[in-house]
Amino acid sequence: MSTLLSVRNLSMRFGGLTAIDDLSLEVPAGKITGIIGPNGAGKTTLFNCLTGFYKPTTGTLRLAHPQRGEMHLEKLPSHRVARDAQVVRTFQNIRLFPKMTVLENLIVAQHNVLQRASRFSLAGLFSLPGYRRAERAAVTRAATWLERLQLTRFADHAAGDLPYGTQRRIEIARALCVDPVLLCLDEPAAGLNPRESAELNELLLYLCREQGVAILLIEHDMSVVMNVSDHICVINYGRKIAEGTPEAVKNDPHVIKAYLGEDEEEEAMEAFTEARAS
Amino acid sequence: MSAVVFAHHQLTPTERLRDAGWIAFVALILGIPLIGLTTVDVGGRLAVDTRFGLLAMAVVAAFGGRLVLRWAVDHLKGRKLARQRAAAGNAGGRAQQVVNVLGWLALGASVALPIVFSDNRYVVDTATTVLIYVMLGWGLNVVVGLAGLLDLGYVAFYAVGAYSYALLSTQYGWSFWEALPVSGALAAGFGILLGYPILRLRGDYLAIVTLGFGEIIRVILVNWTEFSGGPNGISSIPRPSFFGLEFTRRPAEGSDSFASFFGLEFSAMHRLIFLYYLILVLALLTHVFVSRLRKLPVGRAWEALREDEIACKAMGMNTTNIKLSAFAIGAMLGGFAGVFFAARQGFISPESFTFTESAIILAIVVLGGMGSQMGVVLAATLLVLIPEFGRNFAEYRMLLFGMAMVLIMVWRPGGLLAHREPTLRLSADGKAARGGA
Ligand SMILES: Nc1ncnc2c1ncn2[C@@H]1O[C@H](COP(=O)(O)OP(=O)(O)OP(=O)(O)O)[C@@H](O)[C@H]1O
Ligand SMILES: [Mg+2]
Repeated sequence: MSTLLSVRNLSMRFGGLTAIDDLSLEVPAGKITGIIGPNGAGKTTLFNCLTGFYKPTTGTLRLAHPQRGEMHLEKLPSHRVARDAQVVRTFQNIRLFPKMTVLENLIVAQHNVLQRASRFSLAGLFSLPGYRRAERAAVTRAATWLERLQLTRFADHAAGDLPYGTQRRIEIARALCVDPVLLCLDEPAAGLNPRESAELNELLLYLCREQGVAILLIEHDMSVVMNVSDHICVINYGRKIAEGTPEAVKNDPHVIKAYLGEDEEEEAMEAFTEARAS
Repeated sequence: MSAVVFAHHQLTPTERLRDAGWIAFVALILGIPLIGLTTVDVGGRLAVDTRFGLLAMAVVAAFGGRLVLRWAVDHLKGRKLARQRAAAGNAGGRAQQVVNVLGWLALGASVALPIVFSDNRYVVDTATTVLIYVMLGWGLNVVVGLAGLLDLGYVAFYAVGAYSYALLSTQYGWSFWEALPVSGALAAGFGILLGYPILRLRGDYLAIVTLGFGEIIRVILVNWTEFSGGPNGISSIPRPSFFGLEFTRRPAEGSDSFASFFGLEFSAMHRLIFLYYLILVLALLTHVFVSRLRKLPVGRAWEALREDEIACKAMGMNTTNIKLSAFAIGAMLGGFAGVFFAARQGFISPESFTFTESAIILAIVVLGGMGSQMGVVLAATLLVLIPEFGRNFAEYRMLLFGMAMVLIMVWRPGGLLAHREPTLRLSADGKAARGGA
């Protein structure tokens, strides 16, 4: 099992607040790595560092890209992380292009390929065959993912008008259109009903087993994260407090303590017994 | 899973009357001490007088006002819901058909206009002005409507185009057609120049800086007298010719004028009509260009940028280039319009490029419905014609103008034509089908 991404001694400070504190972790290729931790643990901040939206205070993020070799994500601006390193993310609070249709959202995700094919719009303006072919290919690709995520019937609807759970799927479909090597999902199951989360599980397993996409998964929904993750990393106050297989993590005393907190004992206990039962 | 269900309770007439009745009752209770009773001075003593007539009027006004207000609010709400429903049910196709028909009608009318009004100088002149604003609106639409970058200094590029042509033609003897592409390129260069420092700005800050940029250009034109002629401007700018044929009464030795070449009697209208068709062609080219761009990767990137810049970055898009391309293309189109303006007027001065001008062009884009090409045409026509009709009202003209704007925004908060046509659709067999114009 080769390592796709290795995070070394990552720290992120905002003024006096240390959101990530000397965090190190390895993300294996072709596997699903779960990231869990209480609210405010620094999970989203980790994604923001990884995808170039924040510049880490210290630490390195080394990606072993299968075609392009070693890349240092902490040195790349956010658009190059997605374009060149092919590390693509979704957002905790969905960020679609709401007035554009679902299909357009997925086509925009293939902007770089299409822009090159349109020869900076010249070939596109005159609708040359090369560009038309590229556009057809982009639509086919989008249509394939729409089909896979059962979104085809929404293709021509404005993305912002659709129900929440559908928007979550659209965001994943859109990220897939960027052709990711590593897909970072920030709470993809938030707001989904149980049937939708079950479908999500199945999708994540398909992506990783059949498509070979490595997945980094932030998730509070234990029924998702415990069932699909190959490996789980638990973060609290920006530090890694435990890692291992879902089984090992569930029983780790540090994790239980972190989730118990001070006064939310019962709630957390319930969440955990539920997770264990599943 | 069905689309969202929109519940909308429609009030019955009885309910409306009862509601208005209550308001009238409250008005009556409040009105008795406030309006109905008043103190008067009767021979040095204070006495109470009644004004029940006035009170009755106030109560009736409250009753009627409430009815109208409720109706208007419900009506607007109903329309909004209907629009949402249309969007959810994807019934936008019909709206697009209407817009298309409108577009062809407008095109037919604009081609026929100078033929019908061939001896009405005023109509042709006003129509030319409308078309200049349509072209400017389409140019700014790229920046504001599509890319969502609020630009309050658009007139700067109009000025760059106009002054480029004025200087190139008067100083170096360039013809209109030679100067047109060069001036457009110059304006585009200025667009990038402005775009660069403000890449990080959004919303209000962007608006303030672009406003400043527009003013800087104007101030430079006023003060750099050797270069731009200062407040006196530049005059005797050559008029465009019709494939080398001038529109003059007496052509130069050994050459033909337009009238003599076609064996027509000289008429000053020939030039006006030619100018009209010239701007019509320029505007139509702009329209075709922008509509095509909108369906290309750049165009979709502009719209995506307007929708969510962070998501754009997460999709691997270089937002710097996307913004600069929007500024450059918008500026170039403004520059073209400026060249035409200078050639039509024959005289330009900084006074033609004040902030008011930017504001009007922006109003055209916003009023038209951000991003809607046809909306720009409607709004430009309205905004040029309203002040024209308002001439009879002298100083109330601008008031009328403002009122019309407020009314339109109340009636259609999303602009006259808020419908957005997708750039491509998924057809039944999974292949892309291009959307309408
Ligand atoms: N841009 C920022 N400026 C200042 N503080 C920030 C910033 N971003 C995150 N933080 C802080 O960093 C800490 C970690 O936040 P983060 O969003 O990463 O938590 P999280 O693990 O994703 O939590 P949740 O489960 O609620 O999404 C929080 O205390 C947050 O307030
Ligand atoms: Mg988070």
